[in-house]
Amino acid sequence: MQKRSIVPILYILFLMLPIYWLVAMSFKTTNEILSGFSLFPQTFTLDAYRTIFTDPTWYWGYINSILYVSINTVISVAVALPAAYAFSRYRFLGDKQLFFWLLTNRMAPAAVFALPFFQLYSAVGIFDTHLAVALAHCLFNIPLAVWILEGFMGGVPKELDETAYVDGYSFPRFFVTIFIPSIKAGVGVAAFFAFMFSWVELLLAKTLTAVAAKPIAATMTKTASSAGYELGLLAAAGTLTIIPGAIVIYFVRNYIAKGFAMGRV
Amino acid sequence: MTLELHNVTKRVGANLHIKETSLVLEPGHFNVLLGATGSGKTSLIKLMAGLDPLASGTIKMDGQDVTRLSTQKRNISLVHQFFINYPHMTVYENIASPLKVAGMAKSEIQGRVEEAADILQLRPMLHRRPHELSGGQQQRCALARAIAKESKAVFLDEPLANLDYKLREELRDQLPDLFAGRGAVVVYATSEPEEALLLGGKTALMQDGRVTQFGPTAEIYRNPENVDAASVFSDPPINTARIEKRGDAAHLGDVSWTLSGVAASLADGPYTIAIRPHHVLPLPSDTANVRMPGEVQVTELSGSESSAHFEMGQGSWVSLSPGVHPYQVGETHEFYMDPTACFVFAPDGFRVA
Repeated sequence: MQKRSIVPILYILFLMLPIYWLVAMSFKTTNEILSGFSLFPQTFTLDAYRTIFTDPTWYWGYINSILYVSINTVISVAVALPAAYAFSRYRFLGDKQLFFWLLTNRMAPAAVFALPFFQLYSAVGIFDTHLAVALAHCLFNIPLAVWILEGFMGGVPKELDETAYVDGYSFPRFFVTIFIPSIKAGVGVAAFFAFMFSWVELLLAKTLTAVAAKPIAATMTKTASSAGYELGLLAAAGTLTIIPGAIVIYFVRNYIAKGFAMGRV
Repeated sequence: MTLELHNVTKRVGANLHIKETSLVLEPGHFNVLLGATGSGKTSLIKLMAGLDPLASGTIKMDGQDVTRLSTQKRNISLVHQFFINYPHMTVYENIASPLKVAGMAKSEIQGRVEEAADILQLRPMLHRRPHELSGGQQQRCALARAIAKESKAVFLDEPLANLDYKLREELRDQLPDLFAGRGAVVVYATSEPEEALLLGGKTALMQDGRVTQFGPTAEIYRNPENVDAASVFSDPPINTARIEKRGDAAHLGDVSWTLSGVAASLADGPYTIAIRPHHVLPLPSDTANVRMPGEVQVTELSGSESSAHFEMGQGSWVSLSPGVHPYQVGETHEFYMDPTACFVFAPDGFRVA
């Protein structure tokens, strides 16, 4: 082994350590976890996973999370596409200010919006629905998606639009059949980030749901308090929470590099 | 099919980007828009294509007023300087796309695409994507799309400017044949005088958003109407100087010569002359006989032509001569001008002889 590879290997080891610990814990019994230090599971068990996949309060947590995250991703990208097109192709009064204002939404803490959203959604009767969380998460995901997509659209020459019009394409047809395919990397990156941020956001998701749309993260905290320390079960739930993100990142890994190169990610 | 512009203008904010322009463009030959960068060639093409709104005036195609007609309905083609193709489509789909949008039958599309691909030697690349092609092939793909569409007007906006020298020459030789006999009005924008001369047809000289002169290319080259037209249509830049006419002699600082022809009959007074660099030579001849001593500033040798920039009195001059001529920078060299090749302009810029 070359000397120069030691540092990155150590770095990766340290990075992976907590994740390894989480995965290892999920295969241990709670007694073993509490009894002392062990690098590998002494009594290997799949009980924790069995519980999650059979108990509806557990697996519905995942289904709820995936549902509202998917709805949010679709809304965010669908709304951001035309908005980003306007920002990248037209000059209008206050366009730069509006663009910056959109970004500031990204910077506001979610806690600020929790109470008004809670009150508003209760009043209109969408409290504790998947749509409630999906809409709330648009607050920070649409600005992000607009920002990312505008960067990618800026890389497409305006002459492409003109060529399409000359060739007879109407605007909607051009937008859907030519423009979106030519920035599909950007759409992938924007969708990925919308997915990730919605997936990891906890405060709004917990505040805006009670039973019917309760996210997995909320299930995890509640189980911890009611049934004492079921650490094996929690570790298994945590492990499963990482998986969707890992799958999505696998599909967009090449696009993300492109996004970094553009300075928009 | 003819394309007519009547008093067309384009306004951006308070500025007129295209000042009142009228042109009648016909098929059967190239209509070259020749002008420097920023002279309004692209703006004018966008107006004709309907991509930008007119501030005033009308555009007619085949006698029909199309001023308010959308770009999509004008049945035109446009090839940009940058190689614009649809990146996610194959070359075949690219060439077929305007036909598909028009709702043409599949079998007919295939025939047209293959014909265009054959003309532009794209047959082996039909199933590749544009980014897998070289620059020249990408531009040929864009040209094939314009040909397959068989539109009434084809706008080529400096289509060769981004190609390297060899490809540019090759494609330029093909261009007139590509559109011959198709009945389309072909408008070709370029900033290179040489390209206009090689393509023939008619040329419209553009400067500061207006057409300064329009007519058969060779005619304009030989007879520029004003100083601007003469300077636009010359590469390297044309030499200009102020002279004083007294009797039948022209005086330019210490240099003077006898005027002949129309120039001799002009009223006495100040005039501007313009003379192309290849009429200012390092050796005397029967015609180039006005001696002009000057200090050589810069010399260039391009293959079989020598050029020298020299200063005489207040003015700087360019000489372009065939063959290799050994200049020394800083030396005083005698150049010889052909006075019969001079264009003479009145102080208001218009040609008088």
